Amino acid sequence: MRYLPLSDQDRRAMLDVVGVPSIDGLFADVPAAARLTGPIADLPMHKSELAVEAHFSALARSNMSAAHHPFFLGAGAYRHHIPASVDHLIQRGEFLTSYTPYQPEIAQGTLQMLFEFQTQVARLYGCDVANASMYDGSTAAWEAVAMAGRITGRKRHIVVDGLHPHYLSVMHTMAAFTGDAIDVVELAHGESPAQTSANAIAKLDGLINDGVGSIIVQYPDVFGEIRDLRPLAELAAARGALLIAVVTEPVALGMIEAPGTMGADIVVGEGQAIGVGLQFGGPYLGLFATKQKYVRQMPGRLCGETVDANGKRGFVLTLSTREQHIRREKATSNICTNSGLCALAFSIHMSLLGEKGLREMARISHERALATADYLSAIPGISVKWRPIFNEFVAWLPRDARDVARQLAAKGVLGGVPLGRLFPDRPELANGLLIATTELTTNADVAALGAALQEVLA
Amino acid sequence: MSGAVNPGGWRPQMSAAGAQGDSATHTGNRALMLEEPLLFEIGSFDRTGVDFDAGEPMLTGRHIGGPVESWMEAVSYDSASFARTSAIALPALAEGEAVRHYTRLSRQNYAIDLGLFPLGSCTMKHNPRLNEKVARMKGFADVHPLQPQQSVQGALSVIDELADWLLKLTAMHSVAMTPKAGAHGELCGILCIKAALDARGENRPVILVPESAHGTNPATAAFAGFKVENIPATSEGRVDLAALTARLGPDVAGVMITNPNTCGLFERDMRAISDAVHAAGGYVYCDGANFNAIVGRVRPGDLGIDAMHINLHKTFSTPHGGGGPGSGPVVLSAALAPFAPIPFVTHGADGSLHLVEEENIGEGHGQSFGRMCAFHGQMGMFTRALAYIMSHGADGLKQVAEDAVLNANYVLRSLDDVLDAPFGASGPCMHEALFSDAGFADGFTTLDLAKGLIDEGFHPMTVYFPLVVHGAMLIEPTETEGKATLDQFIGALRSLAARAKQGEPSLKTAPHFAPRGRLDETLAARKPVLAWQGDKE
Repeated sequence: MRYLPLSDQDRRAMLDVVGVPSIDGLFADVPAAARLTGPIADLPMHKSELAVEAHFSALARSNMSAAHHPFFLGAGAYRHHIPASVDHLIQRGEFLTSYTPYQPEIAQGTLQMLFEFQTQVARLYGCDVANASMYDGSTAAWEAVAMAGRITGRKRHIVVDGLHPHYLSVMHTMAAFTGDAIDVVELAHGESPAQTSANAIAKLDGLINDGVGSIIVQYPDVFGEIRDLRPLAELAAARGALLIAVVTEPVALGMIEAPGTMGADIVVGEGQAIGVGLQFGGPYLGLFATKQKYVRQMPGRLCGETVDANGKRGFVLTLSTREQHIRREKATSNICTNSGLCALAFSIHMSLLGEKGLREMARISHERALATADYLSAIPGISVKWRPIFNEFVAWLPRDARDVARQLAAKGVLGGVPLGRLFPDRPELANGLLIATTELTTNADVAALGAALQEVLA
Repeated sequence: MSGAVNPGGWRPQMSAAGAQGDSATHTGNRALMLEEPLLFEIGSFDRTGVDFDAGEPMLTGRHIGGPVESWMEAVSYDSASFARTSAIALPALAEGEAVRHYTRLSRQNYAIDLGLFPLGSCTMKHNPRLNEKVARMKGFADVHPLQPQQSVQGALSVIDELADWLLKLTAMHSVAMTPKAGAHGELCGILCIKAALDARGENRPVILVPESAHGTNPATAAFAGFKVENIPATSEGRVDLAALTARLGPDVAGVMITNPNTCGLFERDMRAISDAVHAAGGYVYCDGANFNAIVGRVRPGDLGIDAMHINLHKTFSTPHGGGGPGSGPVVLSAALAPFAPIPFVTHGADGSLHLVEEENIGEGHGQSFGRMCAFHGQMGMFTRALAYIMSHGADGLKQVAEDAVLNANYVLRSLDDVLDAPFGASGPCMHEALFSDAGFADGFTTLDLAKGLIDEGFHPMTVYFPLVVHGAMLIEPTETEGKATLDQFIGALRSLAARAKQGEPSLKTAPHFAPRGRLDETLAARKPVLAWQGDKE
């Protein structure tokens, strides 16, 4: 077995030191009924590296990879280009095979990286502080609601329609056990951003009372629309509630105003789009940021600056009295493992981009969405409604988009996310196909999507 | 805004002592030990390390003869009204600078690739590189979670094959694959228990947790709305069955037991515990963090367990990555299986694989407690774990458990004459050896010994956990360490134990040879600085 270094001679010598005649003696505490003697039946024996690799190669080939097909899926997972140096650097063994930095003297690499990551996220989100990451955007969003509950002491939370339905599902799952109430409010669209905002405030005004702990709004929302957060922040503040902004496409913040700057109290989201890759949905990267005054109510690990015994600057995990390994059942969250390696990938990619590169990547992604929407809306039977968007929009088809997406895939085009898969309970959305673009979207991709749609819809 | 973030120029700090000593350097560097400033001190705003192509003009509706809408202009105008006008203040590095920055940072980290990393309960074993290779195949790494299911049959096969292995290795009924890490898996198991009780129409508000449990156990139960009560341990380091049985009743939803436990011992009474809890109407959650000790040798299903998470980043070698990502699938008994979260993979009549998710949850899965996270779980960890499992096979996994337990016992018996082993008389340990600070000179602690271990070139063991032992030191060598490494480690610990007992002053100020000396954690917590503010002062 290529991963096991002990030889039989080693094992015999070590058993002598331990003072038991055979390895079975070490398992004497296991009740006889539960003790297995041989390898578990019905399972294969060990395989060579080449046999395992061949098995995975075959499985990988049976998937349609975005690398090889025109690709337009988003809905919380975005395909941006990742510079080659990112993957090279995260595979350095000192990052890849290290642990949570509990011994800071020999973990300054991870700790300094986390301090830089926290600073990058705080600046991207327009917030004072960010943590060292959560599992993903959806779990971070629930943690934000739970934190708003701790701060306000209120158990009711208002979700503005347009939150990613998986994120909403996670909130419903958790709220059912914690006794919180999650209410979803649909808001009518106006003919301009200002009118859309006015509609929202008119509707929410009567709903936000002193029992409401937070308003949760996705930005841009799951349909791709950008909404002005400032009036929502003002309303929340006036009623003693917190505004939680959820961002599933962080690249958008290279173009549109940061939620924290617009007054959001907690900003959470998915960091996958920068540096992490699609990976069929995980591992991803939960981002979590807030105002300085709420730091001690935050979940998750925090890295802070300090000095060592010789006065040199260094970094440590800090404020751990919030966390489960110290506070146990009184902790702010049960989270332990975070998404460290994905945070590293995000931070390296962001360090390469800088503000200049991020703005450029955002601008290109946005312009390709506009051009793609314009192109598709010229196809008979397809319509696109006016909305302020970043890089994602809904193309309305003449029939159920789930069937269309399957037919597009059969033609070799990964054409978008059908809203019916995300919202099976809302038949009025069934014909919507959610289409996302990035700097990787080419004219050839758009033309291929258009041609395939014309054939499928004919 | 000026181009340079740090116009004054960053200077490494040199300690006064260092500056006056014989070994002072102008740069603060010491040969291969290189100081590295913060990204914000060396980056700049007026460049980028990523080039984008100007590209051809994008197609518009004009190209296919359709009407030219005012849509695009309207959206452009309104999107612009949200424009981010002020500086984001994110600096950039050229590629070479970035490679150097992160390479230098990496060299300030200890890692399994460098040496023994014997953190108890963390299972820091070698991470095979084949696993990294397969996870990066385009057919896994570059696939979207919401692609039509016919286009991701290979990805669903990976989930299905791994699930099959986990079920056979544990003799359990079902497995929930989506939990993102161990604590998330605990939450999954506890939510299944709550859902099962709700289905029975029973309100049982209490979860029992042994004193020696990981902190995540009580935190998870509380996070899910339960009241947590501790149950004591016996003097030999195991759950007190009599005390546990006495506390069972109609208000107890279940217990959370770690087996092998955090003292490194197998819970001999596990079957009796399970039977007693079931007889009282409760459920048994097992924290599977220590599954590495028994994988392929003992099946939790044979011990009456209802739910157990498996840390793929421990037992099945997916890399810890400096604190994640993890992955925590939860195996379930038949009693809890109906309540498992969505999504999960099922077999269709035609042999194809399907996801059960919101769309089809009504088709026979109406008791599911719902969704725990977006998408389908930690796919990148599933590929790695499955590659590890297939490489080992049933025979290799059994050998994993045996070698892990043998290595731990070898460490225990090679040190129990110089370090206090509080449960050394309880028989063999499982995969980790537990010691206390009894016998150290006045003022010398477990922390001092741990910091001394850093100077010896090893990562310290888990310290001050479990809480039931004073100054606990929990050593888990894992099966991927050879005898020569263990002998060197044992030699270092014997030397350190002698120094701690003699009260050698230099141990109080260790480490002396690490990139940093002991860090002031009190200062960090009293005045938290969690983001760089250097350009705002």
